[in-house]
Amino acid sequence: MGLTSQSSGFSLLKEKFEIQKKPNQKVIALAGNPNTGKSTLFNNLTGLNQHTGNWPGKTVTNAQGTFKYKDNDYLLVDLPGTYSLLANSVEEEVARDFICFGNPDITIVISDSTCLERNLNLVLQVLEITDNVIVCLNLMDEAKRKGITINIKKLKEKLGVPVIPMVARDGKGSKELLDTIDKMIKKEIKTTPYRLTYNKKTENIVNEIEKKLKNLIGNKLNTRWLSLRLIDGDKQILKSIDEIVKNNSLSKEEI
Amino acid sequence: MDKKVPLHLLPVGQKAKVIVLLNKGLSRRRLLDLGLIKDSLVKTERLSPSGNPIAYNIKGSVIALRKEETKNVLVEIIS
Repeated sequence: MGLTSQSSGFSLLKEKFEIQKKPNQKVIALAGNPNTGKSTLFNNLTGLNQHTGNWPGKTVTNAQGTFKYKDNDYLLVDLPGTYSLLANSVEEEVARDFICFGNPDITIVISDSTCLERNLNLVLQVLEITDNVIVCLNLMDEAKRKGITINIKKLKEKLGVPVIPMVARDGKGSKELLDTIDKMIKKEIKTTPYRLTYNKKTENIVNEIEKKLKNLIGNKLNTRWLSLRLIDGDKQILKSIDEIVKNNSLSKEEI
Repeated sequence: MDKKVPLHLLPVGQKAKVIVLLNKGLSRRRLLDLGLIKDSLVKTERLSPSGNPIAYNIKGSVIALRKEETKNVLVEIIS
């Protein structure tokens, strides 16, 4: 929202992958629409006092904090809020690049229960990139006040990943979230994320590009998703691939 | 009686259904991400002092959009 690459400058982007990860530390990314409580949950889990505010666009680059639960140390990365990962602003790019190239062990998508429909757009986009996703339904108290009920079991079945109702402000649901994180790290939870299938023509092209991509960058990244973005003609993604894989031949060949 | 207008001409307080997005490329993607999808409901909330941008209620959040974007969105007024 709001900030363009011009107004914030590319200097912001340079910092985006400066994660001080210790060995054995698990990385968790916090993503979600603007103003759904990412930073609130972040503070809740880490005990830090990252600035929260009820206006969108507050977290522009990412904030990081650590916490311990059971046997594991975690590094939590608070990403800027976005409606989409098909980047056209700096914050969206930061969020997308981190989820796609930063290789978090788990990605948590926080959604606003009071307008779930708009939040599911981002959820589906994240599910396209990675398997280890937990969906948090925040602001359940507000939803209740508005007379909204959500069939959590059905949502879980449809999305194929854990769905956890929360009130992050009061810390409700944190315990369940932590337990789910723990189980997912220990591979006790198997996810079957909902993936869109496109029409035949698109799928054929995707397969073709994916083969080439696999040759170039191997299995490190989600090549299906990258192929889809390349079909979109997303020039930013080429730049991101270049930056991270340092593979200049890729961009030339695919353009 | 149905009436089709571009979104920027939708009067304040009026609800409408999105018929088609004529935008292309990034601008189209952006509007889709914000929830302006075919058949979704939109309501004009209020005008800014100069009349541009205009705030719309789209799927539960209020979002301000510029005329340059919304003139390409065709909606059908519902009463």
